[in-house]
Amino acid sequence: MALIGIADALRTGIMEEMHADETIFCLGEDVDIEGGMGGAFTVTRGLTKEFGPERVINTPISEILISGVAVGAAMTGMRPVADLQYGDFLFCMMDQLVNQAAKMCYMSGGTIKVPMVMRAPCGATNRGAQHAQSFEGFFTHVPGLKVICPSTPYDAKGMIKQAIRDDNPVVVFEHKLLYGGSRKEKDALQTSGEVPETDYTVEFGKAAIRRKGTDLTIVANLLMSYRAQEAAALAEKNGISCEVIDPRSLVPFDYQTMETSVKKTGKLLIVHEDVYTNGWGAQLSAHFAEKCIYDLDAPVMRIATPDTPIPFAPNLENFVIPSKERIYQAIVDLANQ
Amino acid sequence: MKLEHSKKKLLGMYERMSLIRKYEECIYFLFLEGIMPGSIHQSTGQEACAVGMLYDLKTDDYVASTHRPAGHCLAKGVTLQSMMCEMFGKEEGCCHGKGGAMHTGDINVGVIPSNAIVGGNLPIAAGIALSCKLQKTNQVVVCFMGDGATNEGAFHESLNAAAVWKLPVIYVCENNLYSATTSIKMTTNIDNPAADRACAYGMESEIADGNDVLAVNAAAARAIKRARSGKGPTVIELKTYRRVGHSRNDACGYRPSKEQDLWFARDPLMLFRDYLLKNDVSTEKTLDAIDNRIEQEVEAAVEYAQNADEPPESSALLDIFWKGGQI
Repeated sequence: MALIGIADALRTGIMEEMHADETIFCLGEDVDIEGGMGGAFTVTRGLTKEFGPERVINTPISEILISGVAVGAAMTGMRPVADLQYGDFLFCMMDQLVNQAAKMCYMSGGTIKVPMVMRAPCGATNRGAQHAQSFEGFFTHVPGLKVICPSTPYDAKGMIKQAIRDDNPVVVFEHKLLYGGSRKEKDALQTSGEVPETDYTVEFGKAAIRRKGTDLTIVANLLMSYRAQEAAALAEKNGISCEVIDPRSLVPFDYQTMETSVKKTGKLLIVHEDVYTNGWGAQLSAHFAEKCIYDLDAPVMRIATPDTPIPFAPNLENFVIPSKERIYQAIVDLANQ
Repeated sequence: MKLEHSKKKLLGMYERMSLIRKYEECIYFLFLEGIMPGSIHQSTGQEACAVGMLYDLKTDDYVASTHRPAGHCLAKGVTLQSMMCEMFGKEEGCCHGKGGAMHTGDINVGVIPSNAIVGGNLPIAAGIALSCKLQKTNQVVVCFMGDGATNEGAFHESLNAAAVWKLPVIYVCENNLYSATTSIKMTTNIDNPAADRACAYGMESEIADGNDVLAVNAAAARAIKRARSGKGPTVIELKTYRRVGHSRNDACGYRPSKEQDLWFARDPLMLFRDYLLKNDVSTEKTLDAIDNRIEQEVEAAVEYAQNADEPPESSALLDIFWKGGQI
């Protein structure tokens, strides 16, 4: 059992899979240049030395190409793992992800599979509006894509391995403040955790209960799952017991675990860094309104980034991104309803 | 005079061209009659491009086609019956009714689902070529595009990387002078929108008469050889002309009649027929017999497809993911 951060856990998972399966290769911008960073956040550092330049391909700054190459290679027997430094660049490759990767299996009448992984660092980190977004909800709106968001080192290794083995396109959202490892981000959390050195995977569509509680249910992903746990700890001191659930994968989504929890607590608070309108929490809220309304003792509450681009000024960024304090206040408000 | 190609190959090429022509004419009629659902983007007049480029490929070589795919699919060996069934939205269609006219393909003969996003197939073709190269399979990829696709960002990104990585891919631009209804001259400041740009990527290029199937085939042979021997990609720009509109409702009011007359006088099937007769490869009677046989095959395919089963409605919710996967 090793104590490592998420960046190292992702790298370990990718390396284990590459050793086991020669059809896996990495590609992306600065994915592993000697003397470089190993992607923007060290995840792919050192892979060239291990696997050679044919399996670790530094591409031109061409997002359409990166995604298109991943689609084409995946359709013809390979398992590409693509990286693009900042998730915001996904929008440069939307045609390939949405019109091509997501639809190829369906359009071909189920005769072609596209087993590709698209890794995307997300989250606001004082870089301004175009290196900051959390837009997982965007991709959950595309039939044919799987969307995952591991937030612990254990999940990071297990889920990246599962993503590589999956026979469908998987978009992986990794939060910049959760990577740990050697690239220090201001305000980053220390996420180091115990990661087995054995071969294991984490199944998609299974949420993780991060904290047990009885008074209300909080569903939060990535950085927000940590802030929700902090707020829940504070609430506990004031007599409110919160259950905190990390969905871990958004497509497929584990409604069952949320339903079981809300049956017990009667209250649901959803927290995400994704923006409010049609963020992934909107679907969860609609699900409870449609299917579980009689389990609720109060209206569903959502805490999200407001519908703004991410501002640069640190005080403004802190204002829009849901904080521990804002989550705590929501807990108190909901508990009192 | 000794001919460069065997009689068998020449007649084989003629038969494929005739098949594409009869197929497209039949489809056109069925649409006008309101018998067939959907929309159409026909390749009538561009048969020499498809057959010249693809005739010498092996079954496991790949083709990445466009929204105008029928010729490419038939030339590479997707069966007439499975294509016709797909056009009618039937279960036995090459995509089980989930693809339609613009996504026809059959991976079993190397044709990936055709692409209705202009330029969308270009980076995918690069990826397939990279896959062939990494797996050392010696397969090659032929990727078609129209002249309009040369102004897409995907064109630039794909050709640049294909050249850098020396990929076994051939990018074929069927320059039919119009991007839908807009003249390529209105949008592009060079004479040869694909070939003139190849040098910018350090890539080999050729321009050929897209209505002369043997000229196309010769350019294809050079590019295939280059790709298979690891020397990298080629751009081939084929000068050609649609005999029909861009899509179902396009009456071609934007094309000067003189231009049309000049090109229609150089019909690829007619040119090739003349060649076969002049060089004593075949006779009028033999070629007519081929045409008649193909016409009957196309009619039989229509009858079969019309009577074939529709896909069960429940199948609409399947294949979102691999192995029939639903959400």
